[in-house]
Amino acid sequence: MAVIKNTSAIKNQPKHLLGIQNLSILEAKHILEEAKEFIKLNRSNSKKLDILRGKTQINLFFEPSTRTQSSFDLAGKRLGADVMTMNVANSALKKGETLMDTAMTLNAMHPDIIVIRHQDSGAPNLLSQKVNCTVINAGDGRREHPTQALLDALTIINRKGKIEGLKIAICGDILHSRVARSNIYLMTMLGAEVNVIAPKTLMPIGIEKLGVKSFTDMKKGLDNCDIVMMLRLQNERMQGTFLPSKREYYEFYGLTPEKLKFASKDALIMHPGPMNRGVEIDTKLADDINVSLVKEQVELGVAVRMACLKIYCK
Amino acid sequence: MTEKILINAHIIDPSQNLDEKGSLIIDEKGKIKSIGKNVKRSDASSNAEVIDIKDNILIPGIVDMKAFVGEPGYEYKENFRTLSNAALAGGVTSIVTMPNTKPLIDNVSMVDFIIRRGRDKSSVNLYPCATLTRELSGNQMTEFGLLSAKGIIGFTDVIKTVQNTETMSKIMNYAADLGVLIMQHAEDLELSKNGCINEGEVSTRLGLEGISYIAEKIILERDLSLLNEFPCRYHVNQISSKESLEVIKQNKEIGKKFTVGVSINNLSLNENDIGDFKTFLKLSPPLRSEDDRIALVNGVKSGLIDVIVSDHTPEDEESKRLPFAQAATGSIGVETLLSLALEMYHNESLPLKKIIETLTINPAKILKINKGSLKTGNDADICIFDLNKPWVVKADDLKSKSKNTAIEDRKLQGKVIMTFLNGNLVYK
Repeated sequence: MAVIKNTSAIKNQPKHLLGIQNLSILEAKHILEEAKEFIKLNRSNSKKLDILRGKTQINLFFEPSTRTQSSFDLAGKRLGADVMTMNVANSALKKGETLMDTAMTLNAMHPDIIVIRHQDSGAPNLLSQKVNCTVINAGDGRREHPTQALLDALTIINRKGKIEGLKIAICGDILHSRVARSNIYLMTMLGAEVNVIAPKTLMPIGIEKLGVKSFTDMKKGLDNCDIVMMLRLQNERMQGTFLPSKREYYEFYGLTPEKLKFASKDALIMHPGPMNRGVEIDTKLADDINVSLVKEQVELGVAVRMACLKIYCK
Repeated sequence: MTEKILINAHIIDPSQNLDEKGSLIIDEKGKIKSIGKNVKRSDASSNAEVIDIKDNILIPGIVDMKAFVGEPGYEYKENFRTLSNAALAGGVTSIVTMPNTKPLIDNVSMVDFIIRRGRDKSSVNLYPCATLTRELSGNQMTEFGLLSAKGIIGFTDVIKTVQNTETMSKIMNYAADLGVLIMQHAEDLELSKNGCINEGEVSTRLGLEGISYIAEKIILERDLSLLNEFPCRYHVNQISSKESLEVIKQNKEIGKKFTVGVSINNLSLNENDIGDFKTFLKLSPPLRSEDDRIALVNGVKSGLIDVIVSDHTPEDEESKRLPFAQAATGSIGVETLLSLALEMYHNESLPLKKIIETLTINPAKILKINKGSLKTGNDADICIFDLNKPWVVKADDLKSKSKNTAIEDRKLQGKVIMTFLNGNLVYK
């Protein structure tokens, strides 16, 4: 008779990582704890594990991405999985195949994990209903980017020791930002107070119902904040007029050393990248290692994605 | 045909203010011979067929003012035969069909085709609409006069709105003189552009572009201003928000003449039902908040809204199995129209008579057709339903060719048991 050794397999485990909205606080903390272990590993000489040996991971990226794609790529490889990245630009999707058909095709190849980035909100949810492997959302439309929020949380914990009780400002193009949404859900869940700052035209309606305070004035919004998260102006998603000019945006919403003074003395800056220097952030400030966590975010991103792959791929 | 006498019926016919137990006699030509509590068995000829209604409710056949039939061009979604089957199963005997077919119904030769084809293939009364503007372009009005003469009942761009105010004023001016019916889809397309659901907390959470209520309100306000100058027969196909209702209230209170429709979906569902990107609930106008839904139900109650439509929009599964923003818009509904409307009676939101009125005589009056009423001499188009029969909506059991119902698995109370068309029992 077979003996069940690993009882964790019996636990009712969430199969997919579609968004922070679907996570419980325990699940989020579990991912962050696991990720801490991988930080050390990633800094060591021998980075390869065999936790996912024999598993197949497909990265399905419908939108161009540098850091998220390479980060998932490395994370999978370091855990020992076979990683394939689909170049959608050359795929059948350009020939009119639907997302569902592509999903069924890939599904027939028995992958264990599909990491998907898609320009349409909800695409990973749709995919997850049709495939019988784990689906991890690497960013969908303007809805969610859960691993980005998790890596941001890990970065903050790494520096500040905790998230509970901190005051976090998220500033910029909130309307088009999945990073903002995922961070709002995660940071408020972990006990932070969150301010969002944006011009009215880039602020989504009903944002306060997500448990944040909204501001149009940097001075008020940054007041006493411990963390300042800047967002990229997503020009590619902007149809029609949202702002008079980049110059005017920088004047009122670009993060400069002067505006940073409104925040708490030891405030730190984050940015999910890629940055528009001189549009949302002063270029010197972005490179100032004393206040900018941008490089650390990228580094810890790999650790967080390793944790997610490990936990969700069973 | 022999005479028929329908006995033991609970007759509700708002056109004659009838709400009583009685009988109805259908003569040999399929017309109503007599109706009411005073009708006796002996009033019918001795060889008349006797049908016992068993105290179920008997109403005029339903008139649905907005349904899409796939012919021509989209036969894979719905054809005349499947649409009529679905309609009759729902007690609907008259349907106003939408002109956004392929090719569009925007010229006289297409009207001949559609009327001939409808007559041959369908078994309900069809009233085709033509487009308001050629090629749905919003620029050049169609030949209102010629098309009306060929049998077109009304003019609508269905999913589009005439954006240009000058064009709209010319259309209303010209239509006023001819007396043709304009059926407007009220949505400022520049404001709603890429939107696919109501703008608000749900759209923010789902990361979908929203459609503000203002998109609908601004067109209503514009058109109702124009109506002052050009008093044509103006009907708004569907409204969706409490703000629109406010505009309608103000304008009706000062005596302006126009009519208003609402989709049964907007009366029965709200934006929260979209849940985890259910594309079958992607509708136009979009489902809005619960406050809006309640306001619309009250709008029907107070008479600000004149008709309830099914907004029957068949879509094949492939065009719905896409990411929400890309998925097709619309839901089928002609078969479930009455049952879903009865929900508002059972939960005590609306009196039964009001529901029947908005489904029968009100649309008939707007369309100026001799339907929706069981007056002596009218065609015997009749719907008989069991007010209390419980059932569960299952897409596979519905008769439409497309199965995109917005209310899959909904538990309803009240179901059609018989439908008569021109005195013939066509559904049982």
